[in-house]
Amino acid sequence: MAARRLSSLLSRSLSLPPVYASLGDHSLLEARQLVSEKTFPTLDPRTGEVIAHVAEGDAEDINCAVSAARKAFDEGPWLKMTAYERSRIILRFADLLEKHIDEIAALETWDNGKPYEQAAKIKLPIIVRIFHYYAGWADKLHGLTVPADGPYHVQTLHEPIGVAGQIIPWNFPLAMFAWKVGPALACGNTVVLKSAEQTPLTALYAAKLFHEAGLPPGVLNIVSGYGPTAGAALASHMDVDKLAFTGSTDTGKIVLELVARSNLKPVTLELGGKSPFIVCEDADIGTAVELAHFALFFNQGQCCCAGSRTYVQERVYNGFIEKAKARAMKRIVGDPFKKGVEQGPQIDSEQFEKVLSYVRSGIESNATLECGGGQLGSKGFFIQPSFFSNVQDDMLIAKDEIFGPVQSILKFKDIDEVIKRANTTRYGLAAGVFTSNLDTANTLTRALKAGTVWVNCFDVFDAAIPFGGYKMSGIGREKGIYSLHNYLQVKAVVTPLKEPAWL
Amino acid sequence: MADIWTLLLSPVPEIKNVQRRNFSLRRETPRFSTAALTEELVIPPVQVNYTQLLINGKFVDSASGKTFPTFDPRTGEVIAHVAEGDAEDINRAVSAARKAFDEGPWPKMTAYERSRIMLRFADLVEKHSDELAALETWDNGKPYEQASQAELPMLARLFRYYAGWADKIHGLTVPADGPYHVQTLHEPIGVAGQIIPWNFPLLMFAWKVGPALACGNTIVLKTAEQTPLTALYVANLFHEAGLPPGVLNIISGFGPTAGAALASHMDVDKLAFTGSTETGKIVLGLAAKSNLKPVTLELGGKSPFIVCEDADIDKAVELAHFALFFNQGQCCCAGSRTYVHECVYDEFIEKSKARAMKRIVGDPFKKGVEQGPQIDTEQFEKVLRYIRSGIESNATLECGGGRLGSKGFFIQPTVFSNVQDDMLIAKDEIFGPVQSILKFKDLDEVIKRANTTRYGLAAGVFTKNVDTANTLSRALKAGTVWVNCFDVFDAAIPFGGYKMSGIGREKGIYSLHNYLQVKAVVTPLKKAAWL
Repeated sequence: MAARRLSSLLSRSLSLPPVYASLGDHSLLEARQLVSEKTFPTLDPRTGEVIAHVAEGDAEDINCAVSAARKAFDEGPWLKMTAYERSRIILRFADLLEKHIDEIAALETWDNGKPYEQAAKIKLPIIVRIFHYYAGWADKLHGLTVPADGPYHVQTLHEPIGVAGQIIPWNFPLAMFAWKVGPALACGNTVVLKSAEQTPLTALYAAKLFHEAGLPPGVLNIVSGYGPTAGAALASHMDVDKLAFTGSTDTGKIVLELVARSNLKPVTLELGGKSPFIVCEDADIGTAVELAHFALFFNQGQCCCAGSRTYVQERVYNGFIEKAKARAMKRIVGDPFKKGVEQGPQIDSEQFEKVLSYVRSGIESNATLECGGGQLGSKGFFIQPSFFSNVQDDMLIAKDEIFGPVQSILKFKDIDEVIKRANTTRYGLAAGVFTSNLDTANTLTRALKAGTVWVNCFDVFDAAIPFGGYKMSGIGREKGIYSLHNYLQVKAVVTPLKEPAWL
Repeated sequence: MADIWTLLLSPVPEIKNVQRRNFSLRRETPRFSTAALTEELVIPPVQVNYTQLLINGKFVDSASGKTFPTFDPRTGEVIAHVAEGDAEDINRAVSAARKAFDEGPWPKMTAYERSRIMLRFADLVEKHSDELAALETWDNGKPYEQASQAELPMLARLFRYYAGWADKIHGLTVPADGPYHVQTLHEPIGVAGQIIPWNFPLLMFAWKVGPALACGNTIVLKTAEQTPLTALYVANLFHEAGLPPGVLNIISGFGPTAGAALASHMDVDKLAFTGSTETGKIVLGLAAKSNLKPVTLELGGKSPFIVCEDADIDKAVELAHFALFFNQGQCCCAGSRTYVHECVYDEFIEKSKARAMKRIVGDPFKKGVEQGPQIDTEQFEKVLRYIRSGIESNATLECGGGRLGSKGFFIQPTVFSNVQDDMLIAKDEIFGPVQSILKFKDLDEVIKRANTTRYGLAAGVFTKNVDTANTLSRALKAGTVWVNCFDVFDAAIPFGGYKMSGIGREKGIYSLHNYLQVKAVVTPLKKAAWL
């Protein structure tokens, strides 16, 4: 189905990204010596053309990076600095990030395809903010003194775990860098981070700024490379004390198995989702339509917490469909470097093909394709904003994570029914609730099995708000005070008291 | 219960009514203080009333109708035949727990009501303490005095501790960066699967069940096949205390069948396991292959016990002895590498040997007995193999080294000196009454050696110097550091491992994380008075 009225800026020529990928030629290892000399290309999703060839890290590079991180943890100055000094380095880094926002946003857009305006005006300031947030935690990690049942003095020390292995995805390369690196460094750990092979560039750039800010060598090591080689080596490494992974549920299972087979390092997982977005009949429909649109299409639909099952109460269903369709058809798709563009290309040909196959599956299962449904242009990985009505719970498009600009709208009658349907999924990452009734909001908030419930809003991602999944959407929480657990060990210290003044 | 542990540690009273016997050894002829194994054994003052599975508040046979025998470790004779749960029974129990969680009254009761049920349960435990202690000793072989004077009071204490938590589980309100009201709800996870070991059947029950119920979860608990009896007994008391059916289900059975089914179950939302590191890896692998349920693991250890030259040597000797031999050496946190400073090494060896030879081994039901039999023939053989390995690797066998008596699974308190870090007895978890004493010169060296292990469960530090204590406390990679004490297990003290000794913490405020999900709730603010 042609996108007759889809606003598109694609027919015009592409903008030249205002940065050079000059940093893409090495892995940031302390030794800066790559074991193999292999490289891999990273592509511009607007065209599928090569941006740069990047050093390809594999098991040997991971070994090398882990040794550097081990040494920096066991012997280096990092752990013996005061928390205040560590905090200062993180603050200086945040300042440098802010100084280079334009360049980094451009690099992020070039490598990932997301709208430049979104990267520069929203994502980058949030990343700066996250590092400010974690810098503030560094000198506020308190252990406890503990009441004992006898004459003992009991205290707990909250210690850094050691070498943290971190594997980040391609959909928000820098934000995921911040969610992982921020708490790990605030808690005094050292890090080996593997970036996604689709988007290796900005992590290298940011890590270089971190060293400019005074981070000692070996504390933060970046390895570009692939999951089955570099990622698996990191997850299985016997000298990595902690692993944090963000990606698909299927890969998360592999990661956890590798950990079970190696050294039982504690694992944090942020995985897939199929988050319900529930619009009750008493909701402000205009806001709900706009936010449901945003919840799904934001970042080309490539969000783990995308509101990908839009449940609309039957009395407002038809009106909602009409408005949601109108909104989708107004969506501006095009060169993400251009002003006003809301949607760029999907990340790569694999994801592009996958999304289109889900669109076909939706059509075959007799959902109503209201608009979109195909490729946009003939170059790169652009997809028309697509949206299905009359979606049933048992259709593949209502069950699987599509990770693309495909909205599915489902009808419901009453609250009990929608709670049950919303919870019938292996996922439990997030949920949106739209109602003006306080009781409905409270009922849904408690009943929905999801790590985040946004009531009359969506995708609010402040640094202090914990994020993570119920069920197969993950283990653990990132951001907020909860994220510190992931990077601390608890040590109980007990000693007898002689003649205590009190117990 | 610190006081009770202290009581257990006090000098051994003269035993009048226990006949002593000398044991001959290959190398020398030390005199072990042993309660007469040749005498008639005490008949356990308790009956076995519960041998079926407990599912949905009812005692039922296993789906297969199969049973397995549980043995008296004093003799190897059968105590009772117990219903053998397997995958089908796990399914039945999980359904009951699921229903109790999703529909039942449990999560819809107030936290105060849940707390009251736990308090009533603690009272019932106290009322039946003698019977429970006897059952624990019969099934496990641990000294009855230890069970009744230390473990049972601690069981009640742990449930009172967690009862107090039930109505103190607070979420947070969270500062936002814009006009939003943000809060977190701390919700029960759902159905918790719990797999407990045989060395402290009732205490492990408490460590697992206490926080899970305080946080509002429902439970399917699999006991160890060696010690199925006491969990059934106390779970019945829990129902007497008013626990709704389906909230706590107990399955007796084996790891590869019932345990694996629980770890792999797609409808179990959380798994907690205590046992060996090898089995822990399997359990985590099953969680990874099934539904990624969060897993808490409490696994093995090879905990260092470091005696500095300025330590109170007599106290250190006594506590090092206790740290290793307590519970027949069957403790995951046993102080199984005793590092002694070279200046006091010879004196320490002499005194440790003398202490070990005074250790009273015998029928655990008899008064004054410090050490009963090992749990079963498999563990018994394993411990003896490690002793042979110690001898073959040229460690000096100071005393013990063999079996005691000809019946049951009794082992002589055994002490090795001149143990080197690379010997198997210094690396592997022996889980028996075998103390290994190693020599060290300075602190940096002992820190490095103490940390050179895949384990990190606990450590003991003995010194009078506060700088030494502080240096060692920070440097040792262990979940618990006991300074001038050992095995202090108060309810509020978190316990768990660094490295391959585990994931997560049990007891204390930290244990609540294991049974709660965090849900962030965000809603826009209109006309906010403040941000």
